[in-house]
Amino acid sequence: MSTLNLTAKAREAATSGDYSELISLVPYAKMIGIECIKLGDELVFRLPAQDGNIGNPTLPAIHGGVIAGFMEHAAQLHLIAAMGGQHLPKIIDFSIDYLRAGLYRDTYAQCQVWRQGRRVANVAINAWQTGQAEPIATARAHFKVD
Amino acid sequence: MSETTIRPRAERFLSVLKHCQNLGMTVEQADSQGLILRLPYSDSIVGDPETGVVHGGAITSLMDTTCGISTVCVLPEFEICPTLDLRIDYMHPAAPGKAIYGFAECYRVTPNVIFTRGVAYQDDRDNPIAHVVGTFMRMGKVTQSEALTKAVNEGRA
Repeated sequence: MSTLNLTAKAREAATSGDYSELISLVPYAKMIGIECIKLGDELVFRLPAQDGNIGNPTLPAIHGGVIAGFMEHAAQLHLIAAMGGQHLPKIIDFSIDYLRAGLYRDTYAQCQVWRQGRRVANVAINAWQTGQAEPIATARAHFKVD
Repeated sequence: MSETTIRPRAERFLSVLKHCQNLGMTVEQADSQGLILRLPYSDSIVGDPETGVVHGGAITSLMDTTCGISTVCVLPEFEICPTLDLRIDYMHPAAPGKAIYGFAECYRVTPNVIFTRGVAYQDDRDNPIAHVVGTFMRMGKVTQSEALTKAVNEGRA
């Protein structure tokens, strides 16, 4: 399966700013429907409202695990961009605080690299729906980057 | 709660969660000691297409669900318990092609909060893929959750 050459695709995405092909190569990201929007030099990630991502059907609300998976993948793509596509970060740990119910609507996420070491990077992720000032979840992750 | 009602309640809870149905999760074991859910391997949850290793997000979904439903193992009646927070530490990648199991137990129950912990594993629970802790809020019987509570109690999802 190594014929995919994911690292080369990551480098291309980081150069062009178009992450759609890189996202489509990852089945999980494709299944939950992650999109990446480039606003100037900043990356914003979007998770369109999608039936298959629903957890609690009565609210209805997006499954908390999907919100976490979306934020984890956003952090990974953000790191790929921050490192010019030189490495494919591997998750070490992930911690999420849920602040509000993630309702059945589009969800957005933005990331910040707080510390980029030689071996490990620390990334903070915020997710929101109505507006950035009202986050539905905040998370942080460590990735192995060497 | 009696041992015999825990498993059916866990199964009904799982059956109403659409995303979990999509991933094919099933109840493997449920009693007063804790809950085990099974997540089958499938191509659609792969996170690394070069190796076939499952995405962390699918494991997070498994463990959020396992920890959340494990509350039925300790609560006398069904209550909606939204996740306050969840932390996952990855010990090693999951072996491709094999099912992943999630185990969770509630180790402290207070009037407002339930503390849970668990592991994700494949062949050996003592050699887990990931360690997890999660905290859940007790909502009691609030009106907003009535429909889901009813569905879980009566199995009419």
